Amino acid sequence: MPVETQPRSNRALLIALVAGVFALVAVGVAMLLVNIAERKEQARHAFVRVVEVTEDDTDPAKWGKNWPREFDGYQRTAEPTATKYGGAAGASDKLPAPQKALRDPWLTRIFAGYLFAVDFRDRRGHAFMLFDQEVTKRNVRAEGKQSGNCLHCHGSVMPLYRRLGKEAAPQGTPAEQIQAGLVKVSEMGYWEAHDALGQLAGGKPHPVSCVDCHDPQSMEVRPTRPAFIAGLQRLAASTADVPHLPSIERWRKGDRAKPYDPVLDGTRQEKRAYVCGQCHVEYFCGKGMTIFFPWGEGLKVEQMEHLYDGTQVKGKRFKDWVHAETGFELLKAQHPEFEMWSQGIHARAGVTCADCHMPYMREGAQKISDHWVRSPLLQPNRACASCHPYGDDELKARVLAIQDRHFALLTQAGKAAVDMIDAIVAVRKPYDDRAREAATAKAKETLAKDEAFGRLGKEEQEKKLGAEVKANLLAAWREAVEKTPDLKALEELQRAAQWRLDLVAAENSMGFHAPQEMARVLGESIDLSRQAQVKAAVLAAAR
Amino acid sequence: MTPSRGFTLLPIPMTLAAAAAGLALGIGAYAFWYAKGYSYLGNDPATCANCHPMIPYYAGWQAAPHHKVATCNDCHTPAGLVSKYVVKATNGYHHSMAFTLGGYPDAIRARPESKAVVEANCRRCHADLVEEIAHGGDVSCVRCHPSVGHLR
Repeated sequence: MPVETQPRSNRALLIALVAGVFALVAVGVAMLLVNIAERKEQARHAFVRVVEVTEDDTDPAKWGKNWPREFDGYQRTAEPTATKYGGAAGASDKLPAPQKALRDPWLTRIFAGYLFAVDFRDRRGHAFMLFDQEVTKRNVRAEGKQSGNCLHCHGSVMPLYRRLGKEAAPQGTPAEQIQAGLVKVSEMGYWEAHDALGQLAGGKPHPVSCVDCHDPQSMEVRPTRPAFIAGLQRLAASTADVPHLPSIERWRKGDRAKPYDPVLDGTRQEKRAYVCGQCHVEYFCGKGMTIFFPWGEGLKVEQMEHLYDGTQVKGKRFKDWVHAETGFELLKAQHPEFEMWSQGIHARAGVTCADCHMPYMREGAQKISDHWVRSPLLQPNRACASCHPYGDDELKARVLAIQDRHFALLTQAGKAAVDMIDAIVAVRKPYDDRAREAATAKAKETLAKDEAFGRLGKEEQEKKLGAEVKANLLAAWREAVEKTPDLKALEELQRAAQWRLDLVAAENSMGFHAPQEMARVLGESIDLSRQAQVKAAVLAAAR
Repeated sequence: MTPSRGFTLLPIPMTLAAAAAGLALGIGAYAFWYAKGYSYLGNDPATCANCHPMIPYYAGWQAAPHHKVATCNDCHTPAGLVSKYVVKATNGYHHSMAFTLGGYPDAIRARPESKAVVEANCRRCHADLVEEIAHGGDVSCVRCHPSVGHLR
């Protein structure tokens, strides 16, 4: 009966279709339900502690078991990133970041005679901080030019400080032991300390790690580095203005019975800058001295300069190195991000490093700090737009406007410094010419007494003689500088001009952290360089 | 008479279809309740913070000067009853799509339509004050008063 079955099967088909549609709806709703349930669950549990971590756990992978989201971000600091003025696009394990002098050739001139003229590269992410230090030409194992001080920041070093400190000062408080450990490590060579730390870490030392910024029990953000804590204590004890650090101002009003303690006295928001300020600062860490931060008179360029100028090392005024071309004793600056941030509008508004470089991000219903620490320009929405509600292009354009102007001024200051060096070299030349004969004779005399010298090949002998003559010429020049006020004044000018230029150039924000302050400092540098150039020209002409 | 499969009153295919429909309805109703769907019909500001991305904005509102005089809906939905629920429905659609599927920016920004709603509400309440300033022109109140609704 085909006539009768046709509508019957149609009806069955319709019913099946209706059932199928409802079934799909049910599947969709169930999926939504599960999704909502997951989000609610995420919001309830920030983390699950599956392993115990302690102050001695410097391996971030162990912490990563408890805090996988943060660890994922931390690991991504190995990825090469670049902005217009910073970064290391294209760098890899085998290929380090490009030399800074490729963009700013004047760097090689102002650092003549110093290791930074040999190897000075652009920055990379946290994952590379130790690796890059192991491979830089400034720190060759066989040359042994660096001290254990470097590990204060480049390694997750606290267990080594505690271990050595406990041996050196068994009766001391934990803080005293850490200080004693710091001194011990500063007396070691870099590679000796590096290997000792590696042993403690169970093989290889780790670069900056979770425990360097987080309390392993409470996860609270807290600084650990002794040189930072000591630097901040000296800053607190000074009368320098620090309106951006309210807890210091509060401490100053108190009875001052105990020194300022950034961990106990600092606010949670301040500590979001302190943990970065442990390392992103100006410091001195050369051989023969324990690392220190020059903050005893304040964080400004002239306050740090005044402190260095007043520091005596073996009865002589503190210097970083002697410039190879001019023979003047100069200062070298290190990445003062914390100090420059302190001069800027963001610090004044209570915005700290982590707010822009580790902005909050969402993962499902979780709100976490992005531990892929990087330039805010790489994610302006998260980094800037929570306060400045504008589109990515607008935000980037505003920053670039500042950076482009800053770069133009920086390049001017670099040119002025090179002109200054040329002018001073012209003043020095006749002194060298006059002293060359005596210097060569004296060098030959010295080397003749050296038995090992006689056994060297001809080429080696030439090299050694050249170096000896150079050293004698420098000694003669230094003698002339010390007793000629005009030359001494010239030295002061180069020292001040380069300190200002270097401090700004070494800072890693291309002017953004404190645009007006850095422009002021560069303006001073240009003025000082040109003053030196004029003075040198007058001296050369008068001769 | 054609022999029926199953009971005459409820043939098997019909039973299946009805069961499926009932199941879908039941799960749907439970999901609606579980996700506090009913709360979206009302006026309670806490409702908007059901979704976690809104929590900081809710907190910002609590700290802002308008906290005492205006709730979310007073600024973010139109005053008319029909248009109010149309806007609620479209916003609800956009928000639930975004939160379920992800891929939206962390610092969220209002769509032009949403900005227009807010602007109209500023001028509705403050008509006496701003009529002379705005002249119906294309100026934005929150461009210069960004923290009256949510303190940053």
